[in-house]
Amino acid sequence: MSIFIDAGTRLLVQGITGRDGSFHTRQMMRYAAQVVAGVTPGKGGQTFDDAVPVFDTVADAMRETRPNTAVSYVPAALAASAIFEAADAGIALIVCITEGIPVLDMTRVLPFVHERGARLLGPNCPGLISPGKSKVGIIPDTICRPGRIGVVSRSGTLTYEIVHQLSTQGYGQSTCLGIGGDPLIGTNFIPCLEAFQADPETEAVVLIGEIGGTDEQQAAEFVSRAMTKPVVGFIAGQTAPPGRRMGHAGAIISGASGTAAEKMAAFARAGIAVMQRPADVVPLLRERL
Amino acid sequence: MNLHEYQARDILRQHGIPVPPGDVASTPEEARAIAARLGGRVVVKAQVHAGGRGKAGGVKLARDAAEAAAHAATILGMTIKGLPVGRVLVAPAADIAAESYVGVVIDRASQRPVVMVSAAGGIDIEAVAVESPGQIHRLAVDPRYGLLPHQAFGLGLRLYRDTAQARAAARIMEAVYETFYAVGASLVEINPLATTPDGALVALDAKIVIDDNELERHPEIAALRDSSAEDPSEVAARRAGLSFIKLDGSVGCCVNGAGLAMATMDLVKYYGGAPANFLDIGGSSNPQKVVAALRIITADPNVRAILFNIFGGITRCDDVANGIVQASEQVALTVPLVIRLTGTNEALAVEILTRAGFSALTDMDDAVRQAVALAAGRGVGAR
Repeated sequence: MSIFIDAGTRLLVQGITGRDGSFHTRQMMRYAAQVVAGVTPGKGGQTFDDAVPVFDTVADAMRETRPNTAVSYVPAALAASAIFEAADAGIALIVCITEGIPVLDMTRVLPFVHERGARLLGPNCPGLISPGKSKVGIIPDTICRPGRIGVVSRSGTLTYEIVHQLSTQGYGQSTCLGIGGDPLIGTNFIPCLEAFQADPETEAVVLIGEIGGTDEQQAAEFVSRAMTKPVVGFIAGQTAPPGRRMGHAGAIISGASGTAAEKMAAFARAGIAVMQRPADVVPLLRERL
Repeated sequence: MNLHEYQARDILRQHGIPVPPGDVASTPEEARAIAARLGGRVVVKAQVHAGGRGKAGGVKLARDAAEAAAHAATILGMTIKGLPVGRVLVAPAADIAAESYVGVVIDRASQRPVVMVSAAGGIDIEAVAVESPGQIHRLAVDPRYGLLPHQAFGLGLRLYRDTAQARAAARIMEAVYETFYAVGASLVEINPLATTPDGALVALDAKIVIDDNELERHPEIAALRDSSAEDPSEVAARRAGLSFIKLDGSVGCCVNGAGLAMATMDLVKYYGGAPANFLDIGGSSNPQKVVAALRIITADPNVRAILFNIFGGITRCDDVANGIVQASEQVALTVPLVIRLTGTNEALAVEILTRAGFSALTDMDDAVRQAVALAAGRGVGAR
């Protein structure tokens, strides 16, 4: 099992003919993802790599190919509009990889997506992968192994670092997903934790947070209230100065609640095993499993 | 991006918010002329992107134009929290009957813009939030409808008993909310919103922070950037497309990805060192970015060792290795380099680096320990 995606995922790629979109579409197809359609306005009627029909609009693609998931590589200036379009066409899961979408755009996108009943992952996220089954986004599949650990993170390369530690030490993953480094994102930790708790093939969860906001504290509260599976957690940004944006637009400490110390304390209170460094992940999991 | 107070005042004024007169000066003579034009007592305020200007001596009261010029001469030479003061705002010294706070920020929990008001204005709002949170009133606004008149009036009544003043405050809040979206802000704040002795409300001090992701579609706002008021290394990094923040440790860090960059800094501290910077070279393997990163890091005299930490996913390790080799030919390296690469094409990368005389590691902890030891003047292998 896995969460949110599986071998039955029918994927649509927004921005399929762009530089990033085409590169990652090939990577996803190589990993046996079922890419059923692409969308690039003005390029409808073309075929991508002799295999994937390209449409002008998501609605057209929906009628012809029935995708249930969309992934977007659309540039930041047009990315909010691409999310609106996918949600309007009835796509159930929208994964937005794009970095640099203005936060104010997201204040309008999020209620719209919610009203349409869609789930948005991201923006500014690496997407998700269920090793051996399907991949949506940009997580390098070579570092992943099929297995029973769920990984959920606000980061990209830090996630790869920790997944690499897991895979090389014998711990495969059920699903790895990045929820995004922006201040306003479609899916926070809790729905992911809920799905991992319900997934019979996930035995334990690795939760990777960072400074800024209070999502980690809310996740900790959820873990103590609703999870029986072991959770191991990490917070990046212990050395970050307050008031500065640490790369990710969402990684900024304002007030005490956004600090790493506060979040690590919330984890510990919730019974989450707190990693001091990425290399602690396997020893802590071993203790708990 | 932070705007200066004088820039924020101009923007608020353009959106119909009452702002007292005043102007910006970059020389004592200009300050004298503005003060003479305003007449009476004036306040001379340093325009710098740092809090605590008053405490640092960057805000001074002047009785007349001559004293304004003298204060400007002092303040214009000052450095506040490491940032040079290049401009001062000269404005009338207002008589104030009361001070309140009005601000709009993004609230991550409700995922909406939130209007915050407090009758306890004139002081740091974060201090109010900690000491007496009951004094701050918040309203999450549905961005589809904007701040509705009755909502703004309701907040106005939290600040003023007098309904005429509450109504005036409501109009100001609506204008602040409109400004927030119009300029692409992540914060718009009036503190204090002052009541003058005749009962009028004026924005005495203003702060606007712009979401960096908005700058491309707001060139008029991007043009307000004052690079002379920023750390030069951060300006250079921005021009090179790098995400960089200067810190005061001795281990220079160059990492791909923001989360891994933070985790690397944390690991430096874990092993007893101190990071000299946050630097995310991003997903690109462009050698020019590596060159720019090395230039910026080596320009910091505190740096005693440089640590590369690259996790190759989409980024290929061999590309970064080539970048490091090219960069080392263009930038004179006077401090040791510790390189850790793992992931896509790591074996090839190690070969490229070894041939060029560098040693490369594949384990993050090993690399960080080595960099910390070298920065502390201990040899490689000190564990």
